[in-house]
Amino acid sequence: MRMLLSLVVWFALWEIVGQMKFSSIVPPFSAVIEAGIEILPTEKFAKAAIISLRSFGLGMALALAIGIPLGVAMARVKGVGRLLGMWVNIFVSAPISALVPILMAVIGIGETTVVVTVFLFAVFVITLDTQVGITHADRSLVEMARSFGATRRQLYSKVLLLSALPEILAGVRLGAIRGVKGVVIGQLLVAIIGVGELFETYSNNFLMEEFWALVLIVFLFAFAVSEAIAYLERRVEYYAAAR
Amino acid sequence: MIVEVKGVRKTYDSGVEALRDVDLSFPKGQLSTLLGPSGCGKTTLLKIIAGLIPKNGGEVLVNGKAVHGPGPERAFVFQDFALLPWADVLRNVGFGLELRGVERKERDEVARKYIAEVGLKGFEHRYPAQLSGGMRQRVGLARALTVDADIILMDEPFSSVDEQTRRKFQEDLLDLLRHHQKTVIFVTHSIEEAAYLSDQIALLSPRPGRVSKIVRPAVDRSKSPDEIRRDRGYLDTVDEIWGILRQYV
Ligand SMILES: Nc1ncnc2c1ncn2[C@@H]1O[C@H](COP(=O)(O)OP(=O)(O)O)[C@@H](O)[C@H]1O
Ligand SMILES: [Mg+2]
Repeated sequence: MRMLLSLVVWFALWEIVGQMKFSSIVPPFSAVIEAGIEILPTEKFAKAAIISLRSFGLGMALALAIGIPLGVAMARVKGVGRLLGMWVNIFVSAPISALVPILMAVIGIGETTVVVTVFLFAVFVITLDTQVGITHADRSLVEMARSFGATRRQLYSKVLLLSALPEILAGVRLGAIRGVKGVVIGQLLVAIIGVGELFETYSNNFLMEEFWALVLIVFLFAFAVSEAIAYLERRVEYYAAAR
Repeated sequence: MIVEVKGVRKTYDSGVEALRDVDLSFPKGQLSTLLGPSGCGKTTLLKIIAGLIPKNGGEVLVNGKAVHGPGPERAFVFQDFALLPWADVLRNVGFGLELRGVERKERDEVARKYIAEVGLKGFEHRYPAQLSGGMRQRVGLARALTVDADIILMDEPFSSVDEQTRRKFQEDLLDLLRHHQKTVIFVTHSIEEAAYLSDQIALLSPRPGRVSKIVRPAVDRSKSPDEIRRDRGYLDTVDEIWGILRQYV
């Protein structure tokens, strides 16, 4: 509620600044909304959205499929943790965007580069949080499972991963937010497809209403994804309250 | 003799020598206590018997056979309960059976039976966070009973249970274990608890833990709990143990 109120204040401020016509870069908020309503049903937007969502989905799927097992291995196998710990920690805070031009040179210009960018943006924080979760998993739960004859597989599926679920979900949420950044930056730097292409078109033609409308749409998408995961997190926290 | 410990030694990687040449026998169907000051190696010995941590020497024999890891004939009750926080009481109690691949319907049925036996009927769908310490440990006990192990290993199960609940729990425990004819190895640092519960008490010396004496309390178990706590044999046992342990403190 409070957030909504502060949003209203900010949008009002935006509207006022826009109406004063300081600069064509800041159109009034109402004009941006109008442009947004105009863009949304167009085929051009649908195409861009589908390409972008596909890159995001593929990149995130890769990040989950590699990040989670890697985090588990780092927590459970001493050698792996020592070998990769430093690198994951560096890359989790490194400016990944700087790598995109290198990716372009290696992989070429296209959707694959964007997928890899999303993957690189998302994977490290997922790996790191998974590692933390598994490392801090209750040792006595592990002992309990072993005392009742758990197989290795059961130990992971019925104790370790569930025990680390709050941390893993937190990592996935942060990873997803970074992943959205990855799509936009990837597509902007590669500059020919999806939402990135739209951004490029709008800013080259000084279509500032459309430009800001697109920014809002991307923000809203990132917010929605993050809130959906946060909802899962809260449900998990409830059951893990006694940890 | 169902469980025998022969010359067991344990030195942790940190260099701490926890146990030195421990020899002990635990008779079938009896409740034996490991009693000693904090840090003397009681938990270490119990976990070695459970097969949860490796030993540096010696043997643990169950029914005459050397064991090297956990087995279905032994079940553990943990000091900190070790309940799955995301699972309700029913699933926690049936977890041992779940790990053995027993069908959902069958394990729920067995779990319900033991939940009732430990006095938690009606709490099947509560989560551990919603239970008191005493109730959580009852869940831990029920879980150990459902797998139908002959030997129950208990590590200070009452240490996080408040005093009033503890007495009732101790009485219930004696009834249950006698009824099911379990062989119990019980760790405690409370002299009264040991004297009240045990058929046999092994006193451990401070680190490195060794067996300093075996006491068999001459307590008439047919009496009521309150009578036992005023019984001569019970009081003499408490005095005798205190006489030995006081030199360690
Ligand atoms: N995992 C471990 N690593 C190193 N030392 C340990 C470990 N576990 C226990 N110890 C040490 O071994 C000794 C015996 O511990 P423990 O068996 O827990 O004693 P008790 O249960 O009688 O209080 C203590 O000094 C303790 O600090
Ligand atoms: Mg202990």
